[in-house]
Amino acid sequence: MSEIFTIALLFSTIRFATPLIFAALGGMFSERSGVINIALEGLMLAGAFTAAVITFETGNPFLGLLCGMIAGAVLALVYAVACIKFEADQVVAGFGINILMLGLPALLSGAMYDSAGSTEQIAKADLLPEFFGINIASFLAFLLVPVCWYVLYKTPFGLRLRATGENPAAADAAGVSVNKLRYTAVVLSGVLAAAGGAYLSIGQSSLFTRGMTAGRGFIALAALILAKWRPVQVLLACLFFGFTEALTIPLANIKTASGENVPVQFIQIIPYVLTIIVLAGFIGLSRAPKALGIPYRKEK
Amino acid sequence: MKIFREILSPLIAVVAAFAVGGIIVALIGDNPFETFGLLLGNSFGSLRDIGYMLFYATPLIFTGLAVAVAFRCGLLNIGAEGQLYVAAFATAWVGIKFGGTVVNVFGKDVDYSWTSLPAVLLVPLCMLTAVVAGGIWGAIPGILKAKFGSHEVINTIMLNFIAIALVSYFTQYHFKVPGDAILQTAPIGEAAHIPRISQFIPGMPEFVPLSVAFLLAILMCILVYIFLWKTKWGFELRAVGANPSAAEYGGISPKKQIIIAMTISGGLAGMVAIGEVLGYRHLYYDGFSPEWGFLGIAVALLGRNHPLGVFLAAIFFAILQRGGIFVDAFTEYVSKDLVEVLQAVVILFVASLQRFSKR
Repeated sequence: MSEIFTIALLFSTIRFATPLIFAALGGMFSERSGVINIALEGLMLAGAFTAAVITFETGNPFLGLLCGMIAGAVLALVYAVACIKFEADQVVAGFGINILMLGLPALLSGAMYDSAGSTEQIAKADLLPEFFGINIASFLAFLLVPVCWYVLYKTPFGLRLRATGENPAAADAAGVSVNKLRYTAVVLSGVLAAAGGAYLSIGQSSLFTRGMTAGRGFIALAALILAKWRPVQVLLACLFFGFTEALTIPLANIKTASGENVPVQFIQIIPYVLTIIVLAGFIGLSRAPKALGIPYRKEK
Repeated sequence: MKIFREILSPLIAVVAAFAVGGIIVALIGDNPFETFGLLLGNSFGSLRDIGYMLFYATPLIFTGLAVAVAFRCGLLNIGAEGQLYVAAFATAWVGIKFGGTVVNVFGKDVDYSWTSLPAVLLVPLCMLTAVVAGGIWGAIPGILKAKFGSHEVINTIMLNFIAIALVSYFTQYHFKVPGDAILQTAPIGEAAHIPRISQFIPGMPEFVPLSVAFLLAILMCILVYIFLWKTKWGFELRAVGANPSAAEYGGISPKKQIIIAMTISGGLAGMVAIGEVLGYRHLYYDGFSPEWGFLGIAVALLGRNHPLGVFLAAIFFAILQRGGIFVDAFTEYVSKDLVEVLQAVVILFVASLQRFSKR
């Protein structure tokens, strides 16, 4: 056991949890306002790709991170227009965004760098810096949790946001501009998810590869559901999912009595199984914001 | 007029996709018209072209129908991907266990099978397995929704990941031939192979993997149409999709219909295994699906959740998929990733125009 539970496991837990925290907190704003965010995966990819390109071209990872977040905001705005203005099915539009972000970055990087869908390797000195072995993005992610908590529960914006997600008609009657608020929330989710994606390409690794988020947007969504759409619980859920991912590293080197590797697949599915169990109401009731997924049309 | 309205929004979406795609291609530095020529012009020139294109269309017809049936019941089945993975593995498993598979491992013959059935029994058994396995995996989110009210979208997404991981586990630890560098199972017995179209059409090259699974796909389009619009069961299913509370008032149980719709949907998605395992690869290959389950959503959406529309949309996407290979080879900068961009724009536009076409 001691060869599994090492200090390295703690560090890799933090590493793997970092992009999830960004994306799940982003998703929290969108979903709390009443807009489902299946597009987290695509928003992360937008951040990852843009950050990798800008960092490679300028050598400045912070500029890369910023541009990645802007790209996430722009893409989220496209998603928001489809969902809010055109009342598109939010799940379907979300998948559209995800498929777009599989193809578009690969298309662009193929043309820019003559590659099979990846960007150029970034020099190690140009990546997001680490302090005490922990990436600066991880510090930011942890710091973001109390900030989001404060915004959600202690500011007028947070109050309006929660009201909009639960009962948009009542919020509207109280003078809240429902759709404007939803635009803000969705764009905010794009900014945060993209920051998580940027960490993947210019923090954890040093280039963008096609589809590099590998389902992390959906794990973040799972964490959000497990956390019942609350910020502190989001942190805990993301740490737990990060831990399950981190566990697969030491386990890969351990052989069973018969000389086989330990099947990591059973550890990989833990977040997904847990989400299904939680959704079915076996571990306390996980209730989504009431107006989640329903477009709001102001009564004339 | 109704038909016009049904066709209009998919048409606008396709035109918009090519407009957006054309701008991107031009910005990248290639000629959009040449690129689209390559994309669209390589699916009809010869029997070989047509054969490959229809081969690509086959799984998309199945997953498109799967998503459409669920849609008609008011459900969004994002889980076709997981359902077809489970089905493909189960089909290969039956094809191995009952197909007399013997593999030479490091100079020694290893028998992977229990018995060896003749083709008349084995092929139907394998086909049935594909449908049942996909159906069971589809029924799970249906039951979860009916019993606990948990949202089928989230559950199907989660079940996709679970399916792919489990199937990968069984392949890696129990069905991989030792020494095989690729993550795939032992081959299924030859008695489980289904005939290729090239056997019936002179001039169709033998290497074109188009099999009778395509004919099955056409048959399923017809059967789904009859089921949905000509039977009492189909009526009940659509009634729940149109208005669950009105349906319940009319004596139809929405819970029952949800489970039925998801099971049928999963079974249709599972049929992908028939073409892929019995007709093409003759084994289960880890990661064999280029997201057909998700493309099925686009196919169903573009096809307005109607079997004829699904068929046409699947052909359209298959043309793009075939054309992508030529774009990759013959343009300077543009890669086949362009196909995904076009698909995505189609999805976003069809979804955004839905409200207007409903009026």
